Amino acid sequence: MSLALRQPRDPAALSRLALVTAAILLLWPGLQLTEFDPATLIDQRSREVMGKFLGTFFPLELSEDFLKLVFKSTLDTLAIATAGTFLAIVLAFPLSLIVSRSLSISRIGPRPGHWIGDFIRLPARWLLILLRSIPEIVWALLLVRAVGLGPAAGVFAIAINYSGMLGKVYFEIYEAGDTRPARALMEAGSGRLAAFFYGIFPVALPELVSYSVYRWECAVRASVVMGFVGAGGLGTQMELSMRMLNGGEVSTILLVFFLLVLLADGISALLRRALA
Amino acid sequence: MDFNLDRIGLTLDGKHRAIEEISLGIAHAERVAVIGPSGAGKTSMLRVLSTALRPTSGGLTVEGRDPWSLSREALRRLRARTGTIYQAPPLPPRQRVVTAVLAGRLGRWPSWKSFASLAYPLDMPGAKAALERVDLAERLFDRCDRLSGGQLQRVGVARVLYQRPDVLLADEPVSALDPQLADRVVGELNRDAIERRVTLVASLHAVDLALRWFPRVVGLRGGLVTFDLPPLKVTDAMLTELYASESPMPPTQDNRPLERPAAGLEPLARGRQPLCR
Amino acid sequence: MSAWLLLLAFVLLSGASFWYLGIGFGDLLAAESRGKMLEYALGFFPPDASAAFLARTLQGSLETLAISAIGTLLAAFMGLLLAVPAAGRLGLPARAAARLLLNFLRSIPELVWAMLMVLAAGLGPFAGTLALAVHTAGVLGRLFAETLENTPPEPTLALRNAGSPTALAFLYGTLPGVMPQLTSYTLYRWENNIRMAAVLGLVGAGGLGMMLYMSLSLFKQGEAATVIIAMLILVAIVDGLSAWMRQWLGRSGS
Repeated sequence: MSLALRQPRDPAALSRLALVTAAILLLWPGLQLTEFDPATLIDQRSREVMGKFLGTFFPLELSEDFLKLVFKSTLDTLAIATAGTFLAIVLAFPLSLIVSRSLSISRIGPRPGHWIGDFIRLPARWLLILLRSIPEIVWALLLVRAVGLGPAAGVFAIAINYSGMLGKVYFEIYEAGDTRPARALMEAGSGRLAAFFYGIFPVALPELVSYSVYRWECAVRASVVMGFVGAGGLGTQMELSMRMLNGGEVSTILLVFFLLVLLADGISALLRRALA
Repeated sequence: MDFNLDRIGLTLDGKHRAIEEISLGIAHAERVAVIGPSGAGKTSMLRVLSTALRPTSGGLTVEGRDPWSLSREALRRLRARTGTIYQAPPLPPRQRVVTAVLAGRLGRWPSWKSFASLAYPLDMPGAKAALERVDLAERLFDRCDRLSGGQLQRVGVARVLYQRPDVLLADEPVSALDPQLADRVVGELNRDAIERRVTLVASLHAVDLALRWFPRVVGLRGGLVTFDLPPLKVTDAMLTELYASESPMPPTQDNRPLERPAAGLEPLARGRQPLCR
Repeated sequence: MSAWLLLLAFVLLSGASFWYLGIGFGDLLAAESRGKMLEYALGFFPPDASAAFLARTLQGSLETLAISAIGTLLAAFMGLLLAVPAAGRLGLPARAAARLLLNFLRSIPELVWAMLMVLAAGLGPFAGTLALAVHTAGVLGRLFAETLENTPPEPTLALRNAGSPTALAFLYGTLPGVMPQLTSYTLYRWENNIRMAAVLGLVGAGGLGMMLYMSLSLFKQGEAATVIIAMLILVAIVDGLSAWMRQWLGRSGS
């Protein structure tokens, strides 16, 4: 009976209390830093602005002139994505070859001094990381200042950013596959490029293309977003419409954006299935 | 809580006839054992009694009313007074035993208490006492996925004991326990029902446990009642016929041949006194 | 389909794209613009390391960190709330409505949400937090719903059969089982959100993004370089924290 009277202690109580305390200690400054203030959402002024803006969302803006503008912007976006991805592949390809260890002739043996190759591969790897770590919209912003407003900035932003991503995945594909054919060729004295094109490339090609198609689909979405900082396409158009608080135009563009993303998604899925 | 089943039938998924036709009444504070081969409808009958399943034909009365005609809130309150022990305990793996046991009173606790207990268990002595009755007190703060099958079953029993319901519905509650423990747990369920004067309906695979502890034994086969008698009146022939499709001899908890007390002796079930604590 | 065929088609389409956009490679590579671009690029080195600006960058980094953390946290709560109906636990019409809402929330890019929130809540980090919260709620809600659909409903049903109110039956019966997976998804999403938080500022939603925009507008590339480096460091820290927390949480229970 006495067992039931004595309150057993919960072994998890202390750690839970510590967790909750830590959470509160972190939450408080967090709320301060983010200027968390739900009241602003419902205050008079913002309600008016939001209300007016949301009110203009319907009906959609469907005038012929505007639709023509949107159509052109959509084509722009598709072109930016395609051209950007193309350049990205062109840049990524040699980079991936440099970085891949499966093409290192000096590692056969290994030959003394093979570690010199690492001195080239490592910086190249860092370059890839740098290229893809900086968000593409930041690249877009930088390039807009450098080459001016318009689609060129978008194309180059995608090219630079995606070459990092494509480069990384490409060389991972090379190394994940069977590297023995290439190695055998190099052991028989062939050059690196030949070993690649005869040994690795034929097998890796479907996967390379598949990932690149997926990247193109992402590029379509990214192109729209980059347009907000002036890199052309649908994004630039939407930014203009939002600035003028023209909800009807914004909702038309949003609709077109959804359809575009759906389309790109569909094409990408179709192609990748056909390749598999 | 009393029950009346009037020509109850149950068809699952539109195809499988789980209960053919069952008519029986269970009085308040009665203790009934339900035995029979697999697929006889024991689990289904218990689920009908606990209002987990609605009978497809026939009339179910709980405390004189059809539970399915009650309002949602009234049905919920009724269910809070129904305790079900499942053969496979429905316990989330990562939950601790103490929380799993305390969940038995969710139907009665005020919301704040239920929420708070998730973070810090608010009635540890109560949970511990319930676990002591099934010999599992030392596992109070262990995670459920660290327990064996038999231990999990006992946590399920402890949860219902903690709930203190007006009817205990046990579906093969000791199938994973060794004979000694099984006997103790079935005894504990009976003690609880007698002490608190509540109804107990238990489906059991082991015939010896049924005959030893319960003053009323119902035999179920193929969704029908084959007998409904006190244990002394249940003959070996009836048992053999009941389990004929499954095994040559009636199943027992220790898998040894069934031992019947000689005729004329008092049934053990009535002689047991609650232990002093 | 042959990969070569696809490749060929792609090269042709790319050529068409370049022609259509009229990107004047010639102009770009002309001596004058080369010189200007080089001058612009060189402006990034060295990055501004003055004490005053580093202090501002630190402040901006903390702001961005807070935006990503609070936004993701909010999103987890909203996502869970929407995931319960979306998993079908409250009936079919609720499921359809919840799924529609979740799709809507995650289809609109974070940047567009940020612009909308700037309208609603004004410039600054609150808009960024809300934008992240709303978009991520859509993403997490869908992931949570899938997890919930794959969780056995028996524990919750058993509790409801014993008279427990629905919400509490969920908390006691289902949540303990799915918590590790939900937390893991949330932490993964945090890694994505720190990158987004850094960038949302470009449309006025606070943090490092806003600083970057202003530095570039004033042609102070040195400052911009510092901000970009801060972004990279912040992303690396959050990636590390997220991985560590996911490991650490693989142990405790409730």
